[in-house]
Amino acid sequence: MADVMVLQGIRQRYGGGDSPLVEVLHGIDLKLPEGGFSALIGPSGSGKSTLLNIIGLLESPTEGQLWLAGEQASGQNDRVRTALRNRYLGFIFQFHHLLPAFSAEENVLMPVLAGVGRISAADRERARTLLARVGLAEHAHKRPVQLSGGQQQRVAIVRALINRPRLVLADEPTGNLDSQTANEVFALLRELNREEGMSFLIVTHDPRLAQSCDQQFYLQDGRLLPPAQADERQ
Amino acid sequence: MSFIWTVAWRLLREGRFQTALILGGVTIGVGVIVYITAIVNGLQANIIDRTLSSQAHVVLRPADRLNQAALSAPDGVTPLADVRKRTQRENTIANWTPLLHEIRAHPRVTASAVMASGPGVAQQGGVRKSVSLMGIELDDYQTVVRLDNKLRSGQLQLAAGEALIGVELAADLGLSPGSRLRLQSASGEQISVRVAATLDFGLKDLNRRWVLMPLRDAQNLLGYRLDITEIYVRTDQLFEAETLAGQLSASTGLTADSWQASNGQLVTALKSQRASSTMIRVFVTFAVALGIASVLVVSVVQRQREIGILRAMGTPAWRILGVFLLQGGIVGLVGALFGTGLGAGLALGFTQIARTEDGGPLFPVVLDSELFISTALIAFVVGLLSALMPALRAARLDPVEAIRG
Repeated sequence: MADVMVLQGIRQRYGGGDSPLVEVLHGIDLKLPEGGFSALIGPSGSGKSTLLNIIGLLESPTEGQLWLAGEQASGQNDRVRTALRNRYLGFIFQFHHLLPAFSAEENVLMPVLAGVGRISAADRERARTLLARVGLAEHAHKRPVQLSGGQQQRVAIVRALINRPRLVLADEPTGNLDSQTANEVFALLRELNREEGMSFLIVTHDPRLAQSCDQQFYLQDGRLLPPAQADERQ
Repeated sequence: MSFIWTVAWRLLREGRFQTALILGGVTIGVGVIVYITAIVNGLQANIIDRTLSSQAHVVLRPADRLNQAALSAPDGVTPLADVRKRTQRENTIANWTPLLHEIRAHPRVTASAVMASGPGVAQQGGVRKSVSLMGIELDDYQTVVRLDNKLRSGQLQLAAGEALIGVELAADLGLSPGSRLRLQSASGEQISVRVAATLDFGLKDLNRRWVLMPLRDAQNLLGYRLDITEIYVRTDQLFEAETLAGQLSASTGLTADSWQASNGQLVTALKSQRASSTMIRVFVTFAVALGIASVLVVSVVQRQREIGILRAMGTPAWRILGVFLLQGGIVGLVGALFGTGLGAGLALGFTQIARTEDGGPLFPVVLDSELFISTALIAFVVGLLSALMPALRAARLDPVEAIRG
């Protein structure tokens, strides 16, 4: 199976100049298979957020190469990275981060509007279908404040899927929800992964959730542990 | 609807309180500018109109006669001579018809009239008043200086042996239309004329001294034969009169005075009034710009996280820039719309309050479409410019930092 994302020798250093130089990632090699469902785990301060930002093309690594859907993504300028994000990536944040001024459906369509500049009837149709798929058909025209936490996160998930991304990055997607809602949302992610066929990378603290993924990456002190060692840690 | 329009509009609508604040600021600012401009323009137009109602825009007079040096000194030798300026004898323009044709051929000249004027005395029943005798062709003269609105009694006509006199002179000498009046020139010539009408020239001094009479009568009385003393000119470019005077002077060899040169103090007063109103407008514009910028900066800071999310999902930086620029532009334009309404309302309200004794407005305010269009355009551009700094700030936000907050 082809890999949607390939990282080779990724290093990230911060500081320099007056402040001390700190290396957060010490040479990460990583491959995310097409259609996979992977978990990224590790203690706080292990560099998870930095790695996720680099994979999400929100940050450029100090060293190393990065390919997204076969395209060279490292060393590109902001304009190119922005376009790549819009075309190939979907983001789900811990706090849903919906835009309060827009309805659920408008929030879902925002990545289309942001990338293409306008919305077609087909896009609208897809947004409605996806909202119906996650049980929010009735709530399409409500504002985020009128929705519960679980509903808000489901809108955010649909928003991440609207552009048919190749890879969805989820940062603690259930971290802000009660355990029952968290289970429901996680199950939904799994189902969508099977139905829509895009690859998922989920950052989580919850070992039980991580265990239920196809593949786990364990990050410690800026290094990925080999699979055998990672299993022990869990 | 495009991304920029949709998001800009929604953010303005969502931040109702901020939008109302900033719109209020722009409205008041534009209102003040429109009001001041309308009042000042109206006032100035009125002052100029009143001043020029009895004056020509350019007056041509005979050139001064100069002494001619009898000796020319060789190089290095300074002639010692005490030369006084020559007394100007009755200085008239002879053979003026070709000059008048030349003046009328100038494209900026809309009307012209000749005049033969000189000092004189008006007598009636033993009372003698010193007057200005002004010989004119009535029809020509009226194309340069309006008289119909100055008529107080009698008929506006000037047949041979008739005269039009100022209302003060008429009162002093107890004259009314139909009365006879004896006029005497400085050289002692006398003529008896019939008063055809009394006129109010707008200034007491003119009303006391001016006597308008047919050109031929004046020429005979003053002893000018067929000569004249002045040519009055009217132009369609009021504020170019100075230039016109220079050109006419050069082409005719006569001395030419523009209305600006004859009313130096007035022109200075108008200029300083214009300068101070311009200053007020500039400062108000700055205040409005600062208001827009500060509210938008706050808006950018408040929406930092949302901007970060938009950037993360692949919104190009230029679209974010456009969202905030457009907000500035919309606020400027809508505020200009409200503001011109407010300013026009204030100016019209002012004309209701400031009235002359006879109930008419003190002066008409000038509310033309040019003022509205230029104000709206300036407000739109000022809106865009003041939004530039906040918009750049928004566009340069690092998505990672912005989402973390």
